[in-house]
Parts: sequence; C-alpha cells; structure tokens
Amino acid sequence: MMTRTAANKSPVVSMDMITKTFPGVKALDEVSLDLYAGQVTALVGENGAGKSTTVKILTGIYRPDGGTIRIDGEPVSLTTPNDASNAGITAIHQETVLFDELSVAENIYIGHAPRTRFGLIDKAEMHRAAAKLLTEIGAPFSSHMQLRDLGIANKHLVAIARALSVDARVVIMDEPTAALSHKEIEELYELVETLKSQGKAILFISHKFDEIFRIADRFTVFRDGAFVSDGMIADIDEDALVTMMVGRSVDQIFPSRKHDVGDEVLKVVGYTHPTEFADITFSLNRGEILGFYGLVGAGRSEFMQSLFGITKPSKGVCRINGNISVIRSPADAVKNGIVYVPEDRGKQGAIIGLPIFQNITLPSLGRTSRNGFLRLAEEFKLAREYSERLDLRAASLDQDVGNLSGGNQQKVVIAKWLATQPQVIILDEPTKGIDIGSKAAVHEFMAELAAQGLSVIMVSSEIPEVIGMSDRVIVMRDGLIAAELAGNELTPETLVRHAAGIKQSAEGVVA
Amino acid sequence: MIRMIPVRETILGGAILVLLLLIASRFSGFVAPSNLANVFNDTAPLIILALGQMVVILTRCIDLSVAANLALTGMVVAMINVAMPGLPIPIIIVIAISLGAIMGAINGVLVWKLAIPPIVVTLGTMTIFRGLIFLISDGKWVNSHEMSPAFTGFPRAVLLGLPVLSWIAIMTVIVFGIMMARTQFGRSIFAVGGNPHAAVYTGINVGKTQFWAFVASGALAGLTGYLWVARYAVAYVDIAGGFELEVVAACVIGGISIAGGIGSVGGAVLGAIFLGVVKNALPVVNISPFWQLAISGSAILIAVAFNARAGRAKGRIILKSAETTQ
Repeated sequence: MMTRTAANKSPVVSMDMITKTFPGVKALDEVSLDLYAGQVTALVGENGAGKSTTVKILTGIYRPDGGTIRIDGEPVSLTTPNDASNAGITAIHQETVLFDELSVAENIYIGHAPRTRFGLIDKAEMHRAAAKLLTEIGAPFSSHMQLRDLGIANKHLVAIARALSVDARVVIMDEPTAALSHKEIEELYELVETLKSQGKAILFISHKFDEIFRIADRFTVFRDGAFVSDGMIADIDEDALVTMMVGRSVDQIFPSRKHDVGDEVLKVVGYTHPTEFADITFSLNRGEILGFYGLVGAGRSEFMQSLFGITKPSKGVCRINGNISVIRSPADAVKNGIVYVPEDRGKQGAIIGLPIFQNITLPSLGRTSRNGFLRLAEEFKLAREYSERLDLRAASLDQDVGNLSGGNQQKVVIAKWLATQPQVIILDEPTKGIDIGSKAAVHEFMAELAAQGLSVIMVSSEIPEVIGMSDRVIVMRDGLIAAELAGNELTPETLVRHAAGIKQSAEGVVA
Repeated sequence: MIRMIPVRETILGGAILVLLLLIASRFSGFVAPSNLANVFNDTAPLIILALGQMVVILTRCIDLSVAANLALTGMVVAMINVAMPGLPIPIIIVIAISLGAIMGAINGVLVWKLAIPPIVVTLGTMTIFRGLIFLISDGKWVNSHEMSPAFTGFPRAVLLGLPVLSWIAIMTVIVFGIMMARTQFGRSIFAVGGNPHAAVYTGINVGKTQFWAFVASGALAGLTGYLWVARYAVAYVDIAGGFELEVVAACVIGGISIAGGIGSVGGAVLGAIFLGVVKNALPVVNISPFWQLAISGSAILIAVAFNARAGRAKGRIILKSAETTQ
C-alpha cells in the first residue's frame, strides 16, 4: 500500500453537496465533508444536525437524493453496506453489534472468514490473523476468548478490530467514548494515534469538546442538516466552535406563553441511585414547564424512571403538595398524580388489540368501576371526553387502536394520561424523530397543558426546544445536576457549556 | 367497522357447522340433540382447561403443566375420598381448586420472581407433578370400587337435562366471560399481552398479572382433576397424559394469539368444541383415528395462518386519501 502522510492535500473521501430528504424532514441539505488520510476529522453538531445521516450515507445504509461522493477523486455510488466495505469505509457504531456466544476471532471475521481450499472456515488462519489485529490495536486478550467474558471496553476493541479486518482506509467512529471509563478513553486515543500513523482517514463524532480538541486535526460543523464551516482545529477555540454549533437557529417558532407559575407541586430532595445519578434536588411549580437538558447518558431518563417508580433510589425524598410520597411502583406514581411518557415509541405506544376507549381508560379503571366490575358506559364517557378534547379522528371509540394512523395513536396515548387527571407529566424527548409540523403541534399542546395548571417536566436534547419551551432548565452531567438556569442565563452557549463541562472562558484556560 | 374478534369466531362457528353437516350426511344420528349434549359433556374438561390456558397465553406465557396438575389433584382427592369416604363433595371441590391453584402459584412465582421462561417452568413442574403422583400413590391405581358413590356420582348427576359436568363447564365460561370483559384483572391481561412495556408505564404489574393468570389456570386444572377422576372413576399416574397439548391446540384453533394480547373466551370455547366434535365424530363415521390427528393438526395450521394474516401490522398510512377512507 502506498504510504500517505498528513501533508497529503487531496481528500480520500469527499462528500459534495449531499442532500437527503425523509418524508417531512430535510435531514441533509447540500452538505460537504472531506476526510484526509492520516488525519482525524471531528464532525460537530447538535442533535438533529445530520451527523448520523451522514454516517449512514457513507456506510451505504442510506442513499443520498443528490450530490456526489468521491473516493480518491473518482465519483462512486455506495448503494449497499457491501459497497462501502469494498471501498474501504468502515464504521464503529455507538452500540456495538457483536455476538456474545462466539469467540473473539469469530466476531472479528464473521461474514468474511478466511477459507480453506475445501471452502470450510480456516480456523487456524482466522485466529492467526485475529491475533495480529489484536496486537496491532493493543488488545490485552486472546482471540480464543468468548466475547461474553469481555468487559464493555474490550468488546469495543473487538468492534474496532472487526472494523479494521476489512482493510479499511476510512474509519468512522460514532461517539466511541460514550460507554468508556477515563482509562479506556486514554487507550482509545492511543489507538486513534496508531490508526493515524497508518495513514487511515478517521471521521470522529463526539459531543465532548475535550475529546475533539485532544485528538482531532480538522473539524466540520453541521447545523440543522446544513454545512456551517470546516477548518483546522489548531485555528479555532472552544468558544468559536460552540458559536458555530448553536448559531442563531433558535428562531423556530414556539408558542408564546404567560409565565405565571403557581405554588410548588413537586419537590425532590437528594434523589440518589448507587450507579446512575446522585443528589438530584429540585422543585416544580404548578403550570411550569421544567426542562431537563444534558448529553446522552447524563442520567436524565434514569432519574425520571426512578421518580416514576420503575427503579428504586437508594436515598432521597419526594414531596407532592408538601406531603412526603413514597413511590415504589408506577402504580404508586400514577396514584400520586405523576405520569411518564417515555422516550421509546414502542413503549409509550398504544396497546394494539384493545379498542380505543379501553386504551384511554386503562390507567383510570379504578374510577370507572364499581364493586370490582367495570362499567362500560362510564368508560365510554371518560374516553369520549378526552378524545374530544384532543380532537381524535376515529370512526368509533370501539375501533381497534391498531387501525388508527400514527398521529391519532399518539393522541390516544396522551388522552390516556390526561384521563388520570395528573398533576405532573414527564415527557421524555417528546419530539424526537418527528417532523417540524408535528413538533409545533406537540409544543402547542405542552403550552396548553401548562396553562391549564399541569406541571410539565420535559426531558429534551434539542437546544431550541429546551430554550423555547422551558420556564427553567436543569442541566445534568454525569449523573449530577450541573446547573439550574432561567431567564437571561438560558442561552445555547451556557447550556452546551454546562452539559459538556466547559468552564467559562472568563475563568481562564480550558482544561 | 366490524370488530375483528367476532369475525374470527363466526368463521370458526361456521367451520364447526359445516363439519356437523358433513357428518350428518353420513350418519344423521350424530346431530341428534341428545348426542350433541353427549359430545358437549365429553368436551367439558377441555373447555374448562382451555379457558385457563387462554388467560395464560394472553399474558404471553404458556402452561404445559395443566394435565399433570389435573392428574396430581385427581389422585390426591381420590386418595382423600378413599381415606375419608364421608367427606362432602363441596369440600372435595374446594380442596381440588385450592390444590390446583397452589400448583399454578408455584408456576407463577417462578415466572414472576425468577423470570424463568414460562415454557421451561411449566415443562419442569409438569414432570415434577407427574413424579409426585407416583410418589404418593406408589404407582398404584385408585379404582372405582374404592371411591364413594357420591364422589363418582356428582359430575354425572343430571340437572335440567344436562350432567353436572356440563353445567360446571357452562358456569366456568360465564365466570370467565365476565372476568375478561368486566374486571380490571381481565383488562390487565389483555394489556400485559398486547404491549407489556406500555402496561408497565400504565401502572400495571406485568409479573403479578402473569402470576394470577397461572393461578387461574391451575385452579381450573385442579377442578378438572376432581371431575375427570370422578367421571372415569379411576386415578393413576398417567391420566390425561399429553392432554396439555390438546388444550393449547384448542386455544390456538380458537384464535388466541400465541404471541399474547389477542383472543376471546368465545374463541377458546369454540376451539375446544371443534376438537371435541372431530374427536367424537370420526369414529362414528368410520374414519381412522389417525385421520383425527391429521385433521386436528391441519386445523391448527389453518388457524395460525389465518390469524397471522389478519394480525399482520398494517403499513404506515402516508396517503391523505387513505387516512380519510379507513
């Protein structure tokens, strides 16, 4: 193989004016991205900036609607993952897809194992090649180990070895440090250096600024699916990068709200979990929207699940309307007026097989039954009241919920929660993965709920939404509350700083 | 829009009628009311067990231990009857139901608290229950002459033209019909099977619901244990051997989705009756019992294929015109 140096000026891979549209969303709008041999390029951007879509296009999972991808200056079309692999592009994903019951070598070579002349898998050759790869990346375990017996960090090394086993020229690392400890991250940095010295072009996706400034040579910034800027890391500082990332894109329209919040409804003091979060203390008032912002893995959803009684905190008190409430199960939470709409669509989804009205009344059956028997007429009344309030479009409330469109199913789910007459509603990433129009409808609706005196906790990773909707924002980092922001402090820059742990520039040099 | 479930039941009911007509064309005596009553009475244990199995399957579990539970309970009550011939029948029935419920609770606890897959749990307890029968009976039979006349006579006693056994099956159908349609427990069963994750967030305890489903199934198996032993006037290790598969088959033919969440009392009952008719009719019209197995097997496959087609998820509705016409 020809040796390349960092000084080589023509990119190995060049994405030029790439556009990708999904129904209702333009995920990428004429973006460009160049990757150079022997250099690490950091792709930077908020959630929804189009980073994952870019990775999927480069690895042949999505096909772009417009634009050109060039490899060594030659236009190519990457229509299948196989094409990308043949072109020498390989990716290490956030969640590694490996097989616990197979050996390390089998995991590395699954799908392209060396064969003997009879067409059978050449085990000796496979283990020899795997051992060589493992030594190269400094993995401290044998290729004969069962994958199951390895820790998360070592599994990650297997994923990296697998990525390198296809003679890659371009290595994409999608948030590779999200699950690693500090020591393991150091080892990963060394590995990245090794790959660089071997002349591989590396695309590094990360939310963590210390990482970006530590190992990247170049940067490219996307915002809302559009290209913003690129250049050499050495030429910029963190402030400049933050400004480019968040830009002035907060002119999405949010419903105007009167911020007249009432008395305290919920007070959480010192909620602590052995491994997930510690010392969470905050209060929530009537009619308030409280935002929870943080990077993925900051412990926000974990805390909410605990508040809702799915997991148990080891310490901490929760007061509702001034009274101490013990929440040991979701049923307790619902009884205490707390409901939780989880992030996962499948989990929050309707129960297919039950008709609409039964979906709506499911958590409220205590109120609609007498002497242990359900009263269908009462159920219908309750279901009709809330489906009318939400303008649910259905031929009949007796219809199977599976026959409704997605949007109407979501209305059924929301009606279900409102029918319990909650005091606090926790919305976990309420607009994740939905198009702009539906987002506006959800925001409108949240504002309406708050106006009616309901208290809303909104967990969100989207900065415009957090700033546009919240009265106050709690920023979490590494399982702790990093900051509580309101009013003038509530800017994209401060949110990103607190979430990523960047010190204010006024305080001096950044770590 | 017509609901899905009645459609399925109507088709199954129609299939049973066609079957009866075919049989009647070769042997008209089969469809005489008295004979049909006999067929129903013969199918009563299967109907009762299918209702319990239905509840379990709806919660995404399966209970393979019902037949062993039935046999163990049957042996225990038979031995109690031999030891204390004067014990009144209502007490025998309470003992049978309680014993069956306890065995169901053992299944339920293992599924709920230890999170062992239900098929493994009940495969294990099935074998254990059969083993226990051998241990308590030393492998000996309890024969009709050892049982008291009251003990063996109860299920056969005729009330308003039907034997008590049939009446108990009818009562069970009514109780379970009300339970599934009109109680919180019934609704929770559908919710747990339909979408366990959503059920958790709704405040339903999934494991506990499955526990009670096993208890219900066990209690019915215990009840059937007494009825079976009393009706056939014999108890031994192997009674109702392999019957659990017939029970599961009745549920599947009756449109209970093996993936949970979809099914109805009517479906389970019709599924059991379909099998009962096939079993009773074929010998009468001189068809070999091996055909009976083939017909039962085909019915299972047809039912599953039909349900899979009906239950297939519809795609996203993207066209506005399609949304308004649904």
